[in-house]
Order: sequence, then C-alpha cells, then structure tokens
Amino acid sequence: MEPVEIGLWGVPLAILGGAIRVSTPFIFVSLGECLTERSGRINLGLEGTLVFGAISGYAVAYETGNPFLGVLAAALAGACFGLLHGWICKFKGVNDIAVGIAMMLFGMGLAFFFGKPYIQPQAPDLPAIPFGWWSDTPQVQAALQVNILFILGAILAVAMAWMFKSTRVGLTVRVVGDSTDAARAMGINPNSVRLLSTAAGGALAGIGGAYLSLYYPGSWTEGVSSGQGLMAIALVIFARWNPINCFWAALLFGGTGALGPALQSVGISEGYYLFFAAPYVLTLILLIMTSSPDRAMQGAPLELSLTK
Amino acid sequence: MIHTCENGAISVQTLHTTMRFGAFTALDDVSIDIPAGTFHALLGENGAGKSTLVKCMMGFYNATSGELLVKGREARMTDPKVAQKLGLGMVYQHFTLVPSLTGAENLVISRADTPGLIDWRRETRALDAFMTKMPFHVPLDQPVSRLAAGEKQKLEIIKQLYLGNRFLILDEPTSVLTPAEADEVLGHVRALTQAGEITVLMITHKFREVSAFADDVSILRRGKYVGGGSVADMSIEDMSRAMMGEAPVISTRSRRDTVKQPLLTMNGIKARDRTGLKPIEIDDVTLHSGEILGIAGISGNGQMELMEILTGQRRMEQGDIRVNGAQYGATRAEARAHAIRYLPEEPLRNACAPRMSVAENIAFRMFDAGKDGKTAFWNDSGAIARNAATLIKAFNVKTSSPAARIASLSGGNVQRAVLGRELTGDVKALIVSNPCFGLDFAAVSSIRDRLVEARNQGTAILLISEDLDEIMELSDRILVMSEGRIAYETPIATANVEQIGQYMAGHH
Repeated sequence: MEPVEIGLWGVPLAILGGAIRVSTPFIFVSLGECLTERSGRINLGLEGTLVFGAISGYAVAYETGNPFLGVLAAALAGACFGLLHGWICKFKGVNDIAVGIAMMLFGMGLAFFFGKPYIQPQAPDLPAIPFGWWSDTPQVQAALQVNILFILGAILAVAMAWMFKSTRVGLTVRVVGDSTDAARAMGINPNSVRLLSTAAGGALAGIGGAYLSLYYPGSWTEGVSSGQGLMAIALVIFARWNPINCFWAALLFGGTGALGPALQSVGISEGYYLFFAAPYVLTLILLIMTSSPDRAMQGAPLELSLTK
Repeated sequence: MIHTCENGAISVQTLHTTMRFGAFTALDDVSIDIPAGTFHALLGENGAGKSTLVKCMMGFYNATSGELLVKGREARMTDPKVAQKLGLGMVYQHFTLVPSLTGAENLVISRADTPGLIDWRRETRALDAFMTKMPFHVPLDQPVSRLAAGEKQKLEIIKQLYLGNRFLILDEPTSVLTPAEADEVLGHVRALTQAGEITVLMITHKFREVSAFADDVSILRRGKYVGGGSVADMSIEDMSRAMMGEAPVISTRSRRDTVKQPLLTMNGIKARDRTGLKPIEIDDVTLHSGEILGIAGISGNGQMELMEILTGQRRMEQGDIRVNGAQYGATRAEARAHAIRYLPEEPLRNACAPRMSVAENIAFRMFDAGKDGKTAFWNDSGAIARNAATLIKAFNVKTSSPAARIASLSGGNVQRAVLGRELTGDVKALIVSNPCFGLDFAAVSSIRDRLVEARNQGTAILLISEDLDEIMELSDRILVMSEGRIAYETPIATANVEQIGQYMAGHH
C-alpha cells in the first residue's frame, strides 16, 4: 500500500494511534497499582515486575509459539513478584516503599539475566484487530490497529470500578485500605487482603510487560521499558485512585508519548529528543498541578504510607 | 432478673471478673448485673478499669478469672466474633466507620453475610425500610468522612442495631457532641431501652448524663467495684466520692484583675479547611493580655485550621495577623521575638519528638538560643540539663529520668512537660488547643491551674477547646466557632451554656 499524503492530519491521527499503542502497558500497570494502593500498600516494584513480565512472556511465547501462553506466563510471574512483595511487607517494621525499590531492581536484574538468550530470536506477536477496515487511508488503518490487550484493559478498568462499588471483595479492599482497625473489627485480616491485592496488581503489571515484548515495540531488549512502571505510579495518584480515571490518564500519557514520533512523521525533527521527554515532563507537571499546599490529598486510601 | 425482653434486649452479668496483666491487676473481682432493657452507666476515672472490663465482655481480652453470663447463661468470650454472635456490640470512642465509604457501604460490608455481588437497588430499598424504624436519621449516601461528628455517632449506633446486636456498649459516646446533640442521641437510646429493644452499658465520666439517662450505675476505681446501684438512689456527691476516693481538692483558682491590652489581632483572614472545600473566615478577633479567650466549637468547624493559621502551618489566602501592631507570620524568629508560644492538641504527636528524651524535648525553645539574642551553634548540654531539672520539678513531671524518651511518659506528664517548655520565661501569649483531652482528673486540674496562673501574670491565652465545660470554667471571654466562622461572642458574665450550644450546632 502506498502512503497517501494527508498533511497535518497525520499528527492527531498518529497521536491517537500512538495513544492506543503506547497506553496499554500504562493501563495495566496503573490498574494493578490502583488495586494495590486501594488496599493500603504501595508497590514501587512494578517497573521490575513489568520488565520481568516482558521477558517471561517473550520467552514462553517463543518456546511455545503461542503469544497468549506468553501473556499468561507474564501474569503468573507478576503475581509471584506481587506475592513476594506482599509477604515481605507483612513483617513488622518493613517499609513497603523500600521493599518496592529493592523488588524493582531485583526484577530488572533477574529479567536481564534470563533475557540474554532471547535478544536475537523472534517470538510471535499478539494479534490486533483492524478497526480501520472502513477506510482506504493506510494511516487511518495503522492508527486503528487495536491490540486485544488494549480492549481487555478498557474492560478491566470498568470492571474494577464496578468491583470497588458493588462486590464484597471490592468493598473489603477499600475497607482495608482506609482503616486497618475497622477491618480488624470486622474480622478481616488486612495482611491477607493486601497480599492478594499486591499479587493481583503484580499480575496485571506482568501482562503490561508482555504487551511490551509481544506487541509494541514487540521484541525483547534490555531497554524494553522506558520507565512505564514508575510513571504508572504517578499516574495512579493523578487519577485519584479511580480505575476509570486510570484508563483515561493512561491514554493521555500514551498520546504524549506518541507526540515525538508523530511530529517526526510530518517532518518536524527540531527538538526531536525533547518531545520524547514529553511524558516525563507531563508526569512532573501533573503531579505539581494536582497537589495542593492547603488540603489533604483527595481520594487517597488513608492507610497508604504516602498519605500518613 | 429479666434476661430477655420481648423486643429482643438481652441481659449481661459479670461475676467476679479479674484481669491481670503480669503483676498488675487491672480488674479485681468485679461483678456487675445489667438486666435486659436497662440503661447502665459505668463510671470511673482514666485507668479505673472501665475499658478493661468492656474489653473482657467483648472478647478482646480473656479475663484471668471470673464468669460472664449472657441471657443468664455462661458465655466464653474467647474471640470478638463470639460476642458478636451473642448479640453484644460496642460503639467505640474512636469511630470505626470507614471514612471513604458511604454510610450504606459501611453498613452492608459490616454484615457477616455480605453477598459477593451487592445488588445496590435491593440493598438501598432494604436500608430505607430499616431506617424508617430508626429513631434518628443519617444520610446514608454520603461518604462518612463528610458527616458531622454527631451524625457519625448516630451511624455507629445504627450500625450496631443493623447488625442485630441487642446489648450495646457505648464508650464515652458524647465526648464529641454538643450538649444538645448528646441529649438527643442519649434520649433516643434511652427510648430504645425502655421499649425493650436494647440493653445499654455506657462508659462515661459525665455525672449529668448518668443522672439524666441511666437506670443504674456501677463505679470503678483502680480496678475495683466501689459502688453503684439505682441512679435514683444516688446523689452526684455520692457518685463523685466513690469515683475519686476522697473528695477531690478543688483548687480555688482565684482570678486576679489583670491589665487587658490588645496583643494579637486577626483581621479579615481567609483560608481553606483541610479538605480544601470549605472556607475558613476569621473577620476580627483580638486577643488581650491577661485574659483567657475561649474558642468553643464542635470538632471540624475550623478550630484546628485556626490553630494551624496561628502556628503558621496553614496558608492564608487573605488577611493578616498582627502582634503589637507588627505583621506576624509565625516564623520561629517572630514567635521568639514576640514571646508567643503554642500548646497544640495531642502534644506527643504534634509538639514533641517522641523518641527524643524528656530533657531534649523540653529544650526545644532554648537549645539554640545563644547570648544576646543570637542563635547558638554549639549545644550547651549543661544548660539543657539545668533547664530540664528546673522544669521537671516546677511542673511536676513524673519521669524515671530526664534522659527517658518522652513517649514513655503518661499523657498528663507529656502535657505538663510541654506546657512547662512553652511557659518558661516571659511569655506574652499562649495558644492552646484541647489541653486536657484524655487526661485524668488530677492532671486536668493541674493543667487548668497553670493556665489560670499564667493568665494572672498577664499572659494572653487563646484556648481552643471542644470541651464546653472547660471553656466555661477558664475563659474571660468566649467565642463560638461554627462552619469556619466566629458565630458568637460573649463575655463570661453573660455566657449561657444552652445558647452557646445552639451557636455551636449552627442553629442561628
């Protein structure tokens, strides 16, 4: 197919396409972190979980030839990391933030160790659904290639919001995140709830990692993640611990991440690397803008060590 | 004795309950009968064993010896869940509602049989039907954090009834309520007991509530049952004598005439409260030397923010604070220059470094003050030790040594230590918030003596307190804060508790 000249329309189109492509790991990691933080614990190790999810997904997909088994393996690996984090944090006097940083470095180191033999081979990609079939313009078709994990992420965001509101599990997580004492008084064991929430959060981050290595960019390198796991944590704060907001915030971050390539595609190469920094700048700006010297953070789970 | 009422209230008896923690006997052979459908008051000072007794009843502690009878049958309270199953429920002094959940969510999740999927339409209908039978109304669709203290208290009681508990323990239920709210809540609770729906055991130290609402009373002192019976047969003097042991030495706090000159003025102050949603507006308040200016109000009406504005912890959007005519921004240098001191509430948390020693903590005002007003670089450990020795003696702080961690002291001693620190030297103004919260009778009395003494010597004292009795007892002038504003001002001579209570509740 020959590219059709569509002029400056290419920029918003490329941003839209990029938002959908780039945002998926953000969606999964931020939903995972949202769940963990709603239970009153912070897992800063999700960057490590993401990278380890990327390699385990890639390796299993390559060995079995089935990308979905890769996603499953990544989720399992992520859950294991979450369980480890949750188990360590159970002990008295352990700081979840310090453990998270250690887990992040541990996950990345382990991933690089196991990942050496997988830098060359090519694993099968996850399929995408061409929502742009109605258009003849290849740019539109390219932008609307939507990976099923993105759709799954969108559904998951809605499902999680519904879970927090209308299921016993969701309410239990919120109770634990808001007041350990109230949870104990109800006979809930806060540690197990947090352990499971961290494990589930880790599994989601693992899926986000599998997306990186199996779809976009779609190969395993040591630089497969560019800090999505860490930025997703800032994103959860920006999204005020609301899953649906997490989804929109992830899209916004994805769109900003696509700004650089989009401008490049229409020939603006001045300050190219600066545009690549856009998501990081956005993270900083959003965190500053949504903070306030005068009032307590809104919507923050009260048991979070950030808010204490 | 009636063990169950028709409408479900149940009886509870403790027989020879003893509770030892190591060598310390917290409860010594306490027997109390609470027949079904009665309102029973449990009186005692801090540390008298009231909470230990109810914790044994609720299964949080296993009594060392003794029996507990529920509905006349022996019950082994090995676990709080057993108590719940038998229909015993407790309303804690500190709320156990989850702040970010709505009232409805709180009720539904606290049930033992919460379904996995919650059908909110059905639950709402069921809750509405349940609420029509309740004596008081609380909005269930709002997050609990947005409810006023009185509403939270009501919701706690409603929760116990919703859970089907028929024996309620109320732990100082009115400590956060206005007198009018307290009367309303207790009146409804009393009506429920009279209807035979519940039996109530209320922990309290307010004689007024005992004589107005309770049927029977039991009094504990130092872990022992020292008296009780039908409230109708006991006078307040009897109760107070049993509670305190001998008649307490009532200090005659004599108020000297003082020269009252304006010292600190607040003008047109606007700020935001903690949630950032509600405005705090203080138009024109002047604090004079030699007076105690009391600020009454129910917690959450902006007093905490006012304290934070005065300590420089909260940003003002508008307005200014002036001390002796000069702008005041509450920096350490300014506070030192004007000799303005602070005693925030819960000083261990808000005005101490808990793990530092008593000596270090009470040196916070002087450790960096060198000669002739300059800041010193080197600590003078000799001066710090001398300062500690003087203050510990002068303010009667009971500590094992000046080197002990301040966190190891009891609440009253921490309060006295910090008050001592803040009142050394020539103090022009002292800003105090809830200075006697959670202290026992003797500690309260000594703190109040110190405040009045400082006033007599010409210090200006701004007393922010949720305890209206304390405000009435100490103040020369009273301001009432409601919804972030000063709603009312009166000199003590014309102050009237009912009227102040109405302004506190915002009915004006």
